[in-house]
Amino acid sequence: MRYSGWKVITQGLLGNKGWTPAWRDPAPKAEYDAIIIGGGGHGLSTAYYLAKNHGLRNIAVLEKGYLGGGNVGRNTTIVRANYFLKGNSEFYSHSLKLWEGLEAELNYNVMHSQRGLINLFHSDGQRDAFARRGNMMINQGDDAILLDREGVREHLPYLDFEQTRFPIYGGLLHPRGGSARHDAVAWGYARGADRLGVDLIQNCEVTGIDVEGGKVVGVQTSRGAIKAKKVGIVVAGRSSQVAAMAGMRLPIESHILQAFVTEGLKPVIHHVVSFGMGHFYISQSDKGGLVFGGDLDFYASYAARGNLPMVEHVMEAGMTLMPMIGRAKVLRSWGGIMDMSPDGSPIIDKTHIDGLYLDCGWNYGGFKAVPASGWCMAHLMATDTPHEVARRFRLDRFRTGHLLDEEGTGSQHNLH
Amino acid sequence: MRLTCPLCGPRDRREFYYYGSEDYLQRPGPDAGPEAWDDHLHLRDNIAGEVRDLWYHETGCSQWLIVTRNTVTHEILSTELVADRKKKGVRA
Ligand SMILES: Cc1cc2nc3c(=O)[nH]c(=O)nc-3n(C[C@H](O)[C@H](O)[C@H](O)COP(=O)(O)OP(=O)(O)OC[C@H]3O[C@@H](n4cnc5c(N)ncnc54)[C@H](O)[C@@H]3O)c2cc1C
Ligand SMILES: [Zn+2]
Repeated sequence: MRYSGWKVITQGLLGNKGWTPAWRDPAPKAEYDAIIIGGGGHGLSTAYYLAKNHGLRNIAVLEKGYLGGGNVGRNTTIVRANYFLKGNSEFYSHSLKLWEGLEAELNYNVMHSQRGLINLFHSDGQRDAFARRGNMMINQGDDAILLDREGVREHLPYLDFEQTRFPIYGGLLHPRGGSARHDAVAWGYARGADRLGVDLIQNCEVTGIDVEGGKVVGVQTSRGAIKAKKVGIVVAGRSSQVAAMAGMRLPIESHILQAFVTEGLKPVIHHVVSFGMGHFYISQSDKGGLVFGGDLDFYASYAARGNLPMVEHVMEAGMTLMPMIGRAKVLRSWGGIMDMSPDGSPIIDKTHIDGLYLDCGWNYGGFKAVPASGWCMAHLMATDTPHEVARRFRLDRFRTGHLLDEEGTGSQHNLH
Repeated sequence: MRLTCPLCGPRDRREFYYYGSEDYLQRPGPDAGPEAWDDHLHLRDNIAGEVRDLWYHETGCSQWLIVTRNTVTHEILSTELVADRKKKGVRA
């Protein structure tokens, strides 16, 4: 069923009885041309573009839980293209362009809102670094405006400009940055893939990867064995476990990242704002909740919940930056399992096993990457060559020394 | 989360700095070649379950600890000083 404003009106008048499920619930077939393990944002977009751009039709996405139950439904939804390094910059630029056409492409309201992202800076050194980053963004063809203190005040009058600890010197405004509705992105790609014939199979945990003579031949699952010519591992925080099924040891450590949402408020924060000193960032959802978060809890973890010290730290950072939010009540906090790589950049690559591909290492920035990651992973799986904008996301770059350490913090998984 | 430092007793998590897997103790020799260094610096078992990792008692006794804990439940199972392990002659 095609969605439209007209459909909403007519269905409203007819008691909303005519809506049909957004996707089928098929039983797994015995064999597929391609299997994607993981029904998060990246797995679903990979399946969609495999079908859409490369004409594959016999594809399945295998998800151990429900579609969108992982990080794609747990993140704080910042969408931006403000990367610095060659390799990252063109990839995120490509992703933002795909975001800009996504609703028309998917016939689905993903609530992409380019409300502008402002990264604040608090020292002369930080200003220089942000000016340089802004120039890199412009060189890439994206947009960036360096704001001084008064420029920031025009956009964000509610910040505590007078604080002595971390005075606000200015900010880097990325007007095309913003946010989107996390679930909707997963649902939109799921529905789009289903309409192109992709089987979305939920409650189907992959428990083994079958390899014969150096070539992948299928997977073992909680719903039986399924044969496949090609298999893509797209499981974010669980990448190490699934890759281990094929005898691989990855450069990944899984860490916990928390986020928070307040009760619904009238519109008060109109941008996405990040605090350059306390690692705090905030935006307001369309329902009115203030959505915010901070750093990792810093220790390796698979518990989808965090500990109190980081809760305290995030609240302190928020109060330092914008004391007005102290009046809002926090409704919920939660955590997601992040696939942290040693340089903070992702991996989209073949493995040493023929027909087995890997898409992981998204750290805490993989939401904005959902469209381009799927686009490039599909390209890789269909053509066996890396896509132009993802060609530096190599699995062996750690060994060869071609790191993409955007923040220059060194090869420790929790420092990115 | 609280860690029991063998020297200082049970202490709040905020007193500790987390470094990473105990793999970091197996530092390769300077000539060990790129595979060994890749293994040391980047590759991890990344287990969902019982692991051993390195924590530094930063605002306590400044000792490095090997902590055995569960990454799924956050349960702390045991702690040991890196210095003790070295004394026992176990190659760290
Ligand atoms: C609190 C938080 C805030 C974040 N904020 C942002 C942000 O503002 N901007 C941004 O760009 N990014 C952000 N991220 C990061 C982003 O959410 C992730 O990088 C991205 O969602 C990961 O890719 P995914 O959607 O495919 O992962 P997931 O949704 O986690 O998908 C992986 C799927 O694989 C499935 N799976 C695992 N093992 C198996 C198996 N054996 N068999 C079958 N299926 C399996 C899982 O059940 C899961 O559904 C944030 C993350 C968190 C947790
Ligand atoms: Zn101590």
